[in-house]
Amino acid sequence: MVTGQTHPDEARQWEKTMATATKEQETEFSIIGKRNPKIEAHQKASGETRYAGDIKLPRLIWAKLLRSPHPHARIRSIDASRALACPGVQSVITGADMPVTIGIMPTSQDEHPLAVDKVRYVGDPVAAVAAVDEETAADACRLIDVAYELLPPILTIDEALTREDVKIHEHSRRANVHREVHLDFGDVEGAFAEADHVQEDEFFFEGTTHAAMENYAAVAHWELNDKLTLWSSTQVPHYLHRELAKVFEVPKSRIRVIAPPVGGGFGGKSDPFSHEFAVALLSRRCGRPVKIVLDREEAFYTHRGRHPVRMHVKTGVKNDGTITAVHFQSILDGGGYSSYGLASTYYTGALLGVTYRIPAYKFDGTRVYTNKPACGPKRGHGTTQPRFAFECHLDKIAEQLGLNPVEYRKKILTPPYSETVNQLRVTSSAANECLDRVVEASDFGEKFRKLPYGKGVGVALSCYISGAGLPIYWNDMPHSGATIKVDRGGGVTVYCGVADLGQGCDSLLAYIAAEELGVEPGDVRVVAGDTDLAPVDLGSYSSRVTFMAGNAVLDAAQKMKRQIFAAVAENLEVPLERLAASWGQVYDTDDRTRCVTFEEAAILAESACGTLATVGSYKPPHLAGNYKGSGVGPSPAYSFTSCVAQVEVNTDTGHVRVEKLWLAHDCGRALNPVNVEGQIEGSAYMGLGEALLEESAFRQGLHKKPSFLEYRLPTFLDMPPVESIIVENPDREGPYGAKEAGEGPLNPVPPAIANAIFDAIGVRLDATPFTPEKVLRALARVPGGRGQGTGSAGIAGRTEQSDPRGLSRRRSSATESRPTATANGAGS
Amino acid sequence: MKQILHLRVNGQPFEVLAPVHHTLLEVLREEMDLTGTKHGCELGECGACTVLVNDVPTLSCLTLPVEVQNAEIATVEGMADGSTMHPLQTAFAENGAAQCGYCTPGILMSARALLDRTLEPTEDDVRQALSGNLCRCTGYTKIIDAVLQAGRDLKLRRAIHPT
Ligand code: FES
Ligand code: FES
Repeated sequence: MVTGQTHPDEARQWEKTMATATKEQETEFSIIGKRNPKIEAHQKASGETRYAGDIKLPRLIWAKLLRSPHPHARIRSIDASRALACPGVQSVITGADMPVTIGIMPTSQDEHPLAVDKVRYVGDPVAAVAAVDEETAADACRLIDVAYELLPPILTIDEALTREDVKIHEHSRRANVHREVHLDFGDVEGAFAEADHVQEDEFFFEGTTHAAMENYAAVAHWELNDKLTLWSSTQVPHYLHRELAKVFEVPKSRIRVIAPPVGGGFGGKSDPFSHEFAVALLSRRCGRPVKIVLDREEAFYTHRGRHPVRMHVKTGVKNDGTITAVHFQSILDGGGYSSYGLASTYYTGALLGVTYRIPAYKFDGTRVYTNKPACGPKRGHGTTQPRFAFECHLDKIAEQLGLNPVEYRKKILTPPYSETVNQLRVTSSAANECLDRVVEASDFGEKFRKLPYGKGVGVALSCYISGAGLPIYWNDMPHSGATIKVDRGGGVTVYCGVADLGQGCDSLLAYIAAEELGVEPGDVRVVAGDTDLAPVDLGSYSSRVTFMAGNAVLDAAQKMKRQIFAAVAENLEVPLERLAASWGQVYDTDDRTRCVTFEEAAILAESACGTLATVGSYKPPHLAGNYKGSGVGPSPAYSFTSCVAQVEVNTDTGHVRVEKLWLAHDCGRALNPVNVEGQIEGSAYMGLGEALLEESAFRQGLHKKPSFLEYRLPTFLDMPPVESIIVENPDREGPYGAKEAGEGPLNPVPPAIANAIFDAIGVRLDATPFTPEKVLRALARVPGGRGQGTGSAGIAGRTEQSDPRGLSRRRSSATESRPTATANGAGS
Repeated sequence: MKQILHLRVNGQPFEVLAPVHHTLLEVLREEMDLTGTKHGCELGECGACTVLVNDVPTLSCLTLPVEVQNAEIATVEGMADGSTMHPLQTAFAENGAAQCGYCTPGILMSARALLDRTLEPTEDDVRQALSGNLCRCTGYTKIIDAVLQAGRDLKLRRAIHPT
């Protein structure tokens, strides 16, 4: 494959295959693509669903964690005698009881289940108590005497980059740098020299948190036969399983992790957490089941949310806008531990080329440790921040060159079936159509630069992975496995290790099995999120489940279908290829009166081949490039989303109101349009919150907003109408052509809003969130920027206000970026 | 210190022995096994714990049971009529208004109080009535659709079977 080039043969061939396949399938689908309710919808609408926090077992006792009040301190001693003397207290444990390092990435293991020797953020768990009830456990925590030796806290990126005298982790070679990555593709210097213009900008994306409505909860039962069962609100039962075995040094076969329905994850439940290890050990010590439910404030400190990222973007363009080179620098404020940070760092530089043709590319990423809660993956993991930066940056370039922002984007799109300069294989893409559809729906052409002063529209495009091409720990096994069992009553059970967080994966797996076997989704039972019962799925993260678990279930279902059809073909004396299955029947397509019910078919098949169970699995093709770091970014397929935002800015108060959002999302095929719309709308909501309201901000290591009153999630009153447009362009490798929908649609929302604000009032907001203060500050820098509320400003006038010096300079006078933001040190 | 509480929940009288300072949320969930009512913050900020007290949406995490001893308390478990779901519940299921479903019980209770007042709420009425309930999954769009649909369904049902 050649960079940025379509492979005409391949593309044509696939288009042809897909066109036929699509046409054939469309007439045939009975479940796929239909607006079915989720299989668990009625339980959820009746309060019947049992989340981890709802579990009650006989002899259950409660646990509570003691957390550090200091951002950075050495633990001198811990004395639990007063706590242990409390009536009702069963056990107290500390870091010394589990002195094994853990971490989600095998290459950065820098955490302990409970702090050993040192605490690295306010809230770092130090000890845990089990007691007869939650209050007793909480009271006892306060009686644990911990002697701390305070250390100077590192609280900002700049301190982290320069303070050699204070090390949060001893392994940092330079100051408090966690990781530095440098990648270089093509002749970057030469390509910048060829450019007619060079645009440079600074951006800052503020940290935010997941704030799933369900708090973290776990119940452990270490039975006397030395087997542990842990129920936890986790997105990654499989990884948790591995970490538990490591910490407790017991065979994995003795541990069972169950993820009951999870009350929202968004990436926040993807790490192994202190409370999970604590309840397991306490249960082992006490011989009783132990339960813990974190409170809301603890959830804000547990965090693993979006990294605050400072970014410097430099792009060389020809006069017609063609990109010659991009140099992208990012510095991530990682907090106290690494979590997924290595992947997050690479992700900030990985995917820009998937949307736009970039022939030469340089990336420098640095992640630093600070004494704050650790950051990790949040919906859009590591790609949301650079997407914000790059889409605003492109908008500026378009503005400078006098190009329409939509036409400009369309002109520089990465074509389908091509390879990016950083060796990512791009396959199906309907990015072009996404832009067309969203422009049409929003009437963008009629509004852009034409609305009265104070009102504006903005556009952005983005992409996301349908699962990571490589697993977190290196292995040759499938990324997802599934078993299907058919019983004599025609009941179908799907077993798969995925965890349903509300994204609806249990239902999707049921739809796939139902479609293949010709039964109704309600006839399919899904056993998920259980490491004992279900084959491994790596977890519900990276938008991987529809694609990967979907393919695994499809594989198993097709094998089952072949077995059943073989038996039915013989019985009905019909050639196998003439059989089809739907609505509970297996029938001859030439003569529908020749048929058996699915139950009869199952009996025929079981009589012929014995007990009916099949397995399926999915492993992505080999996708990694030939350089270090090429493991982050590859995906078997990318989704694309475009967004238009329409805003109204009150120039007196600085308040930005989003009037409407339009999103068009290329999900390959919508297995259930209701679910896809739900993912688009939920993503739009979360993107809007990050753009306007939310920030995980800290003062002296203390969270400034550790509650819903202070950390402002958009409410029913804040949320504008969202028009979600599903663009179907079946992918050749996705199940029925499906790609991801759960994360991608978040990414274009913050930049579309920023670009709309520029259209409305002629100022650039290059740092999220776009608070009234920032809007007013930016307006104050524009000559005549305030008080222009009357009449509309012409495009030329507005451009002048905001960007009087044209291209090739670092910051426009009307740009509101973080005042201290410099990329100094990134990559140097 | 524990005390005996006399509560009427979903039309049934209960006698419960619970610590005096435990909230209605804790008593419902821990003492009465009515875990349909959820906790998202226990500070009165998310609405997940909403129940109806004499038909008024009330945050059970801020309510002491002694205050509501003589009141009619309704929780999500009492919404369905036997195995027939309330039209709001059906509409939530059909419209994909519950993703993770954690906010759903609280939202159902607030929405029910709204539909008790009017079967023809405007979209704005719905937003106002539910503004104390947070949902992190849906972006609210499908919840609004579901409530409006339930209003229409109920209206139709009343037209056919006037009570
Ligand atoms: S739990 Fe009562 S309002 Fe959040
Ligand atoms: S459906 Fe998950 S919080 Fe509302």
